[in-house]
Parts: sequence; C-alpha cells; structure tokens
Amino acid sequence: MAGIELKSNVPAGELKQKWSDFKGTMNLVAPNNKRRIEVIVVGTGLAGASAAATLGELGYQVKAFTFHDSPRRAHSIAAQGGINAAKNYQNDGDSIYRLFYDTIKGGDYRSREANVYRLAEVSADIIDQCVAQGVPFAREYGGLLANRSFGGVQVSRTFYARGQTGQQLLIGAYQALSRQISTGQVSMYNRHEMLDLVKIDGKARGIITRNLLTGKLEKHAAHCVVLATGGYGNVFYLSTNAMGSNVSAAWRGVRRGALMANPCFTQIHPTCIPVSGEYQSKLTLMSESLRNDGRVWVPKSKEDAIAIREGRKKGNDIAEEDRDYYLERRYPAFGNLVPRDVASRAAKVACDAGNGVAPTGLAVFLDFASAIERYGKAAAHSKNINNPSKAEITKLGKAVVEGKYGNLFEMYEKITGENPYENPMKIYPAVHYTMGGLWVDYNLQTNVPGLFALGEANFSDHGANRLGASALMQGLADGYFVIPYTIGQFLSKEIRTPKISADAPEFAAAEKDVQDRLNQLMSIKGNQSVESFHRRLGKIMWEYCGMSRNAEGLKKGRQMIRELREEFYKDVFIPGDANEFNPELEKATKVADFLELGEVMMCDALDRNESCGGHFREEYKSEEGEAQRNDKDFTYVSAWEWNETQPVLHKEELAFKNVELKTRSYK
Amino acid sequence: MKLTLKIWRQKGADKKGQLESYNVEASEHMSFLEMMDVLNEELISKKEEPVAFEHDCREGICGTCNLVIDGRPHGPQQGTTTCQLHMRHFKDGDTITVEPWRAKAFPVIKDLVVDRSSFDRIIQAGGYVSVNTGQAPDGNAIPIEKDEALSAFDAAACIGCGACVAACPNGSAMLFTSAKVAHLGKLPQGQVEHAARSKSMVDQMDAEGFGNCSNTGACEVECPKEISINNIAMLNRSYLSSIFGSNK
Ligand SMILES: Cc1cc2nc3c(=O)[nH]c(=O)nc-3n(C[C@H](O)[C@H](O)[C@H](O)COP(=O)(O)OP(=O)(O)OC[C@H]3O[C@@H](n4cnc5c(N)ncnc54)[C@H](O)[C@@H]3O)c2cc1C
Ligand code: SF4
Ligand code: FES
Repeated sequence: MAGIELKSNVPAGELKQKWSDFKGTMNLVAPNNKRRIEVIVVGTGLAGASAAATLGELGYQVKAFTFHDSPRRAHSIAAQGGINAAKNYQNDGDSIYRLFYDTIKGGDYRSREANVYRLAEVSADIIDQCVAQGVPFAREYGGLLANRSFGGVQVSRTFYARGQTGQQLLIGAYQALSRQISTGQVSMYNRHEMLDLVKIDGKARGIITRNLLTGKLEKHAAHCVVLATGGYGNVFYLSTNAMGSNVSAAWRGVRRGALMANPCFTQIHPTCIPVSGEYQSKLTLMSESLRNDGRVWVPKSKEDAIAIREGRKKGNDIAEEDRDYYLERRYPAFGNLVPRDVASRAAKVACDAGNGVAPTGLAVFLDFASAIERYGKAAAHSKNINNPSKAEITKLGKAVVEGKYGNLFEMYEKITGENPYENPMKIYPAVHYTMGGLWVDYNLQTNVPGLFALGEANFSDHGANRLGASALMQGLADGYFVIPYTIGQFLSKEIRTPKISADAPEFAAAEKDVQDRLNQLMSIKGNQSVESFHRRLGKIMWEYCGMSRNAEGLKKGRQMIRELREEFYKDVFIPGDANEFNPELEKATKVADFLELGEVMMCDALDRNESCGGHFREEYKSEEGEAQRNDKDFTYVSAWEWNETQPVLHKEELAFKNVELKTRSYK
Repeated sequence: MKLTLKIWRQKGADKKGQLESYNVEASEHMSFLEMMDVLNEELISKKEEPVAFEHDCREGICGTCNLVIDGRPHGPQQGTTTCQLHMRHFKDGDTITVEPWRAKAFPVIKDLVVDRSSFDRIIQAGGYVSVNTGQAPDGNAIPIEKDEALSAFDAAACIGCGACVAACPNGSAMLFTSAKVAHLGKLPQGQVEHAARSKSMVDQMDAEGFGNCSNTGACEVECPKEISINNIAMLNRSYLSSIFGSNK
C-alpha cells in the first residue's frame, strides 16, 4: 500500500462556514432509496447507539451489533463527570470558537481544525437532544440546567447528571435505539462479536461475527460498515476501561487495509484509585470533577512521606506548611485544574522524587478539607447561623460535598475501605482513554471506502490530549449529528447498488480466515492462561510506552512485545471449544490483537521525536521539565499500516489557519 | 484468607446444574470478582473449565455482574453490586455459596450467566420518549424543578441488573419497569406518553413470563441502586388510568 494518499476531504471555505455549506450542498439520499440501503453499525455505546438510532430514524435499514448482552452495558455507561457544550448558559464568555480553541490547544495542536470546529458547533444540539429524550441533567433551583468546570478550561460548560453522566446519556441513546428496534428499523444483534471486515471491490460491505452464545460464525452484508467500537486502553491491561473494552473490531479493519492513526496518544488520567496488588483486574477512576474542589498535594519532606507509607502518620497529621500543593505551586493560573496530561506527569514527578504516599509509593493526596470548610462557611452564612462552630461548619460543608460528589466518595470508600470525608483521598494516574484510533477524513470515513469510524474508535478530535467531558460530546456528535449527514457522501453513490449478498465469495473467504484463526488459537493447547499474557503485555506497555517514554525503552519494549507474541502463539491455553459459549476464547482473540497493536504503538511513539500532550518523550523537554513540541517536523497525523516485519507509516500533514501554534502554558 | 466456595455449575441452558465445592485463597483487599478471577486462573492452570460469570465495568454501573451470594442477589452489603463487594466483608474460613439469578424470565446460559434480554424488550415496548434526532427545542426551554429532576434521576439510576427479579418470590420485574416509567413520567418531556407507556411496558413484562407483584418489598431491599418501591405505586396508578382512559 505504498504511497496511500490521506485526503482529509475538508470542505473549502471559511472555518465557520464549512459545516453549514457542506450540509447545504452535500449529496442526499432520497427516502425511497434509504429504504433499500443497509448499514451495519458495530458497537452500541454512545457513538454507535446514537448513530444506529438516528440512521434508523432517517429510514436506512440498520443492523447493529454489540458483544454485550445489551446495548445498555457499553463502556460509555461508566463515564462520570460530564459532557461539554458551548451553550454559554453561564454567560461566562463561552462560545463555539472558545470550545474549538480550548480543544485544539488542549490537544496540543495535533488535531484537524475543521473537524474540531464542527464538533464545537454541534455540541449545543447534543444537550437539547438529550434533554428531549429525558436525560435528567443536574439543574439549578430556578429549574435551568446546571454546569461545572473541568480541567484545561476557564469557563463552566460541562453538563452533568450527578456522577453518572455517561450512564444517563447512554440510557438516552439506548432508549432512542430501542424505539427504532421496536419499529423494525434497526435489527439488533446482542452477544455478537465482529471478528472480521469483508471488502468487495475495495469497499467495506460486511462483517463476520461470532455468536457468543453458540460460537457460530455468521456473515452479515450491507452497503457500508460503521465501527463505533470504543477505545483500546486495555492494551495496558490495567486501565479505567471496562473489562471487555478492546481493539479487535478496529484492528480487524486495519488488517483489511484501514490505517491506525496516532496510536501512541494515550490519556493517562490523573485521578484514579492507586494499584493495590498483583491480583488487580482494573483501575477505578475518581472523576476529574473532583479537582474542582479537591487540592492535590504530597508532603514536602521525604521523611513524612515515608511515615505515611509505613502507616505511622496520616495525611491529616501533616501541618499545612509541610505540604506541597505542587499543582498550585507550579501552575498558578490553572492550579488543580490543569489538563490531565500535565496533572498526571506532575504526580509522577512527585512520586519519582520519593514523596508518594501509598505503601507502593505511587500515590498523591486529593484533599477536600479546604472545600468542606469553604462550603460549610457559605452554608452557615446562607442559613443565618452566626459564629458557627468548627464542627457545625464541617458538618454543613460535608453535606455540600456529599451533594456534589456523594456517589464518588461512596465508591472510593467501598474500594479502599477508607473514608474520604475524614482523610484525604489517595490517587494516582492510570490509563484512561485513547486519542489514537482509526484514521478518518472529514466524513468520518477511513481510507477504506464504505468503512466509517465513530467515537473513541476513531483518532478523532482530541489531538494528543483530550479535555475532560469531551469524549461524550464527541461520541454523541459523531453519532447524532455528523454521520447521519456524512454517510450520504458515500451512500448517494450507491443507490443503484443492489442489496449486498452475504453469499458473495468474499464473505466465505473471510469466514474461513476467521475459522482458521480460531482453530489455530484452540489448537495451541499450551500452558499459560490468556490473562497472564495480557497482564505481561500491560506491564511492558506501561513501563516503556506509558507516562514517559524514551527511544531506548521503546525499542526494547517493541522487541519484548514481539517475543511475547511469539510465546503466546506457542503456549497459550484456552479451555473448552470454539463452538460454544467460551469467554476465554473471546479474551484470546482480543489479546492476540492487542499484541499487534502494542507493537505499532511503540513504533509510533518512537517515530514522534517530540513531546506533545499525553506523549512525553524524555529526550524532549524544557529545562523546567515541560513537554517540548516540535511543530516544524511533527505537525502531522501518523497513520500506520500493519506489517508483521515493519509497520508502515503514512502521514497527513496538519495545517493551522485559524489558530496560532503556541507553547501550551497553564502557568 | 482461606475460603470454601460452593458454586453453581451448569454446562448449558438445557443441562442440569449442581453446586460444586472449591477452595480458594484470597486477600481481603480483593473485590469479590477478583477472588473469582483467582479461582478461575487456578482452574485454568489445572486445565479445568473456569466458572463462567458476567461482569464488565467492575465499578457498579453497567449492571452486568449478577451473582447470588449466600442467597442474596449481589451479596450481603446494602446498595452494592457484586463487583463492588470486597472480601473484607468476609472472614477467613467462610463458606460462600454462589448461584445465578433464578427467574423464569432469566434462563441460565451457563454456570452463573443468565439471559436478561427480556429487560431490553420491556424497554423496547415504550421505555423511551418518541423524539427524533434534531427535533429538540432548546435545553432550557422548559425549566424543571430541581427536586423533580432529582427524583426522576433517582429512578433513572436503575442499572438493569435484574436483582429485583432475582429477589422477588414471584420473579416480578415491577421494580425495574416502574423505575423506567417513573424516570420518564416525572419529566415534562416524558409526560405525554406516560399512560400509554405504562400499559405497553407492563403488558410486555407479562408476556415475558415475569410474575405478578404482591408487594413483598424484597426487590427494594436487594436493589443495588436503592430504587424505591414507591415507583411501583406510581406505575400502578398510571397503568390503571391507561386502562380506564383518564390521561394522567
Ligand atoms: C471511567 C471512565 C469515565 C469517563 N468519564 C468521562 C466523562 O465524564 N466525560 C467524557 O466526556 N468522557 C468520559 N470518559 C470517556 C468516554 O466514556 C468514552 O470515551 C466513550 O464513552 C466511548 O464511547 P464509544 O461509544 O466510542 O465506545 P464504547 O462505549 O466503549 O462502546 C463500544 C461498543 O462497541 C462494542 N464492541 C466493541 N468491539 C466489538 C466487536 N468486536 N464486536 C461487536 N461489538 C463490539 C461494545 O459492545 C460497545 O457496544 C470516561 C471513560 C472512563 C473509562
Ligand atoms: S430496579 Fe434495582 S435491582 Fe432492579 S434492575 Fe434496576 S438496579 Fe437492578
Ligand atoms: S460489573 Fe458493571 S455493575 Fe458490576
């Protein structure tokens, strides 16, 4: 595939006009034709469910697939903090341009201007749509929608539903999807996993799935295929993602010619519950919204830190002047609300210096004592309590904090057994989100005609770092408001294409490929569990391609992955057989794909000789230790083609016409 | 800590199942499911078939995990899903019984895995607001009283796990169904279809083979999201009004 030309297909014209001009002039598919056109949507998280529902409403014949037992279980359900929209309800100076600018800057100037502008433009419609569906967003006493602020921005534009925003948004989309299922417009295939993409004459025309209950392989045909299969953070084994999140659908796309863009751009979230032991299966996020009120610190002296680690002291025993509120110190303008990549690296720096506070040394405090006091005083004031006692203030303050973050505090206590109202929380960064994903153009189409990618599965609008509350926004923008239009660019040329038949030889060939792959895995009959390989892969990724990276480590890591992959194909053990419900086999196909993706991530991180956003190369930093971008040589999207010997890099140069590339500073 | 587990093993939907005993060594910091992982890793290392159980988010929100632990759906801790339960709530030497949800409308698939697709069909029967993408007015066009929004949220917090059904002696899905009807019915956007929705969802629930509600209250006790049984009263009212023709 040498010399693939990556055409962004961004419409001409002024940035502000592009999307409306596009909508006004794009090719349409007439209703009578829509009825004959079939669309496959794989994945029914926020992006997939919203897309499938909307395409169904428009009249397309949609077939939707999820490996879950119900669309309502998708990983999107776990999003806590909120969703951004440029509504400017708070009258604090927000605008479409500001959301656009914040996203471009937050992403360290590694995303496509036109896509990001469109995202900001449609963001307001998302909120309207969700309210109409019955999403119970938080409200003010006057009955209007409430907002909070998130890291990396100076306005309040985040809409939320307690700490369960993703759940409520997904249920909204799931209900819209359910309505289309009930009318027969969408056929829903639960517990069906996509194991291959089928192309005919170069176009994506269907998928091969495995019915997870019976193990039976099935062929599904359509005029085009939309992947909304989520992110691949679980390549690190430990992450905040749901256990089932994986790369396989996207990766099977790559194996059929699609390109993987910016795969090394991983978001490490600063506020997660620290790792406690080897048995650990996943990490739990403590929503970023907590940084609105929590102050991050470590003890100034190592002695205090050691005393805390050994259980001789508690956080509360450390006097105010002996604490280092390092974010407030280093970044006075944004303080505890610096973007995620900056906050995560700062935590690593503090712990690497020996000031970490958990037994492992890998944790910092997130402290709510000041917030409790501040809210307590305000509450006492509004209740006309004169000279309230300290105990009264604390009580009132705790009630306010509980109202805001109650469920998060409860979750923390359930997991750690510690009460965060009394003692500061302990947190540490963890893998959370992948900015990288399938390369797509303005139409969200990959380089394979007829193959589209939405939500976290595409390389998207977040550049090298995503701002909080922007993934939900992007997933729903893609599904509700972008793909319903842009898919027409492809499908309007397909109105004469008859129904695609799954009897075409290409389907049989792809099905055989899948069968061979499963047979191969089942026949290894080695001695090590799938889980053990996954865990080892995760350790390699975290060590060499995690929060900070260097050339030597990346080369070593890549080699280690290649060896691990070889060992996997010699010694993995999968119990049971392929023709039945077999969760271990499901895990095995996912880990097999992670073992290839991981190598490409190492290659990508090695190629990018700069530090930007979540990608921090130790060789490229300022004297103060801040990330140093290299715009001259690296203002491009990397897009990788799989090749067993040496993955091949393709590039899409990025042009910035509406923002000036600046050093990202949150000081 | 050393534990004895008595786990329900059943090869498939049409096979007979039985409890089997296993010993496992766990730490009190583990979650219940991590303890199950340890058991499975051990079984795999002995080339035995691991215990099939379902889970995904492991943080109490997706509604996938579903174990009956010592006779109680989601185990002994109030307001907690199976995945959020930690081993520090058990003692060294304990014997713990682990079974699947048991209800006519949730057939066993394998071991501890059951089929809950009947819940999806109840939602498909009207658990939505009929609004197409792009038709919505401004989000602030209709103010909603804060407390109303909160109480709709309380009902909307249901995670669709099915513990209410597993807890109910009749295998009724009234708590689940009423939570959806209350969530939408308490908001102006959902009011329009409220009565019709109540009827069609209850009819679907009956068609799926869920039992009748006899107000035992067991569902509310075991619900990990503490969904209130008051929602059932609200559903009963709107169901009756849908039959007798008044609108609200
Ligand atoms: C703990 C946590 C909290 C978060 N909080 C926030 C927040 O507050 N705000 C915010 O904006 N973002 C947040 N995020 C990020 C955000 O939740 C995700 O990026 C987003 O929900 C992804 O949505 P999606 O639709 O792209 O994918 P997902 O929700 O992951 O859905 C993927 C879908 O694809 C299906 N699928 C995958 N592979 C296959 C296959 N091979 N065959 C068939 N089906 C398949 C799955 O079954 C599922 O239906 C959070 C993330 C985490 C982990
Ligand atoms: S009502 Fe409670 S127990 Fe029943 S499905 Fe919902 S969350 Fe689970
Ligand atoms: S695994 Fe998601 S609620 Fe338990």
